[in-house]
Amino acid sequence: MSLFVQQIFNGLKVGSVYALVALGYTMVYGIIRLINFAHGDFIMVGAYTLCYTIPLMVNAGMPAWMAVVLGIVVCVIVGVVVELLAYRPVRKKGTNMTALITAISMSLFLQNTAQSLFGSAPKPITTIFDLEPINIAGVSIAGETLVTILIGFAVMITLTVVVNKTKIGRSMRAVSQDRQAAILTGVNVNRTITLTFAIGAALAALAALMYCANYPAASPTMGGMLGLKAFVAAVLGGIGIIPGAMLGGILVGLVESLSKAYSAVLTGGIITSAFSDAVVFMILIFVLLIRPAGILGKNEREKV
Amino acid sequence: MLKITDLNVSYGAIHAIKDVSLEVNDGELVTLIGANGAGKTTILHAITGLLAPKSGKIEYDGHDLIKTPNHKIVSLGMAHVPEGRHIFPNMTVAENLVMGAHMRKIDKQTLKDEMEEVYEHFPRLRERTKQLAGTLSGGEQQMLAMGRAIMSDPKILLLDEPSMGLSPLLVKEILSIIKIFHEKGITILLVEQNAKMALSIADRAYVLEVGRISMSGTAKELMDDDRVKKAYLGL
Repeated sequence: MSLFVQQIFNGLKVGSVYALVALGYTMVYGIIRLINFAHGDFIMVGAYTLCYTIPLMVNAGMPAWMAVVLGIVVCVIVGVVVELLAYRPVRKKGTNMTALITAISMSLFLQNTAQSLFGSAPKPITTIFDLEPINIAGVSIAGETLVTILIGFAVMITLTVVVNKTKIGRSMRAVSQDRQAAILTGVNVNRTITLTFAIGAALAALAALMYCANYPAASPTMGGMLGLKAFVAAVLGGIGIIPGAMLGGILVGLVESLSKAYSAVLTGGIITSAFSDAVVFMILIFVLLIRPAGILGKNEREKV
Repeated sequence: MLKITDLNVSYGAIHAIKDVSLEVNDGELVTLIGANGAGKTTILHAITGLLAPKSGKIEYDGHDLIKTPNHKIVSLGMAHVPEGRHIFPNMTVAENLVMGAHMRKIDKQTLKDEMEEVYEHFPRLRERTKQLAGTLSGGEQQMLAMGRAIMSDPKILLLDEPSMGLSPLLVKEILSIIKIFHEKGITILLVEQNAKMALSIADRAYVLEVGRISMSGTAKELMDDDRVKKAYLGL
């Protein structure tokens, strides 16, 4: 029982990181129908920024996690520059396919830039939260785990409020639902798209903080698998749908953590914990067979 | 108020609009009629900057609309109700109306009062304020699109095929609303395939044939014109 509770918390922890990253994918997809493959690498950018800014913060006598503010700034700049210099010109001239290929090449570009700047060996990140484990129902849960879950949920609630209740959020929804009508009601479409990229990149920086609090290292390719799984989460929940990304992220986290703990026991050692990623992708395939648009997605018929 | 001079629009190799000039004066209700594919919608899209013309001039209230960023045009007092309504399907009826006033700096009470006014014109919308706009019927969506446009407090309203796909009863209802808006002092440019309906309420009219203005005059003159009668009124 205590193992189960432990695994649920682990799942929620990893899941809230996935959820934040998935939100970045889904918001950009919702607004310009582009799968931003470079999004996972924004996390890597955030992690390297933390790597160098945490010591600065600590030396200045501030708490280490304050470094995330600089992380957000750097990620937002990278995200917006990628949108303005790479995606926007391609969107004007090319097709969805050219945009997708540009996204893949931006991902490779960021990874290789990081490798040439920082080398391919992982760089350690110093402690972000120095917390005591906390006892919940007789189970000892790491402080980082709880903080990660709390930040994740706080960010998700804030984002939901911003998207549904504010003028900026309304502009974003307007552009995503009908770009022509958005222009006619006075929404500055380009500015709204840039803003969406900025928000997505800021979420990636927060995800980097949460991820590095638990796995304290930065490497050039760290965004690859993390980004891929978050993308799975976004598709699982229904890409383009904000609550879908949150749900998908948490589900992927829980499945991954539970399959790591129990698959070997349940299958008599055939499926070991090393297969946990495979289990996640299997579930994606099954869900998409039953609900092609994702759990919360609506099956839209192509309009002719 | 709105003056188009020698407008040319091309889609790739297709020369869709050829040297079109037309004018809408303050307080007028002008209609642009023509068959399907004549280019009526293209002209409206050029006016509100949804596409870039090849050449020509579009002046409105002292502004050069071709040089104005398209999202700023609504703030100049020009509202465009596009063909196919283009309401925001996953927003509620009320949110769609709020979007209509997106660019205006008004307080909550004014916004509420003006929404109330829209509901008075379209009582059916009031019953559905919390409903997602995508679930409305075609007629209700048309009303919502018009209501959203009115929320921008326009001086001129561009209406693209408001009667399309509606029952004769609803067409009548939409028609009477257009008249009410006009009487309130809003200048109107009405694009219609339903020439009979359009000419019945317009002051002046232009006939568009394959991208060119072929006839123009008062609505009365055109209604009595033999060619118009034969081609557009089915008489």
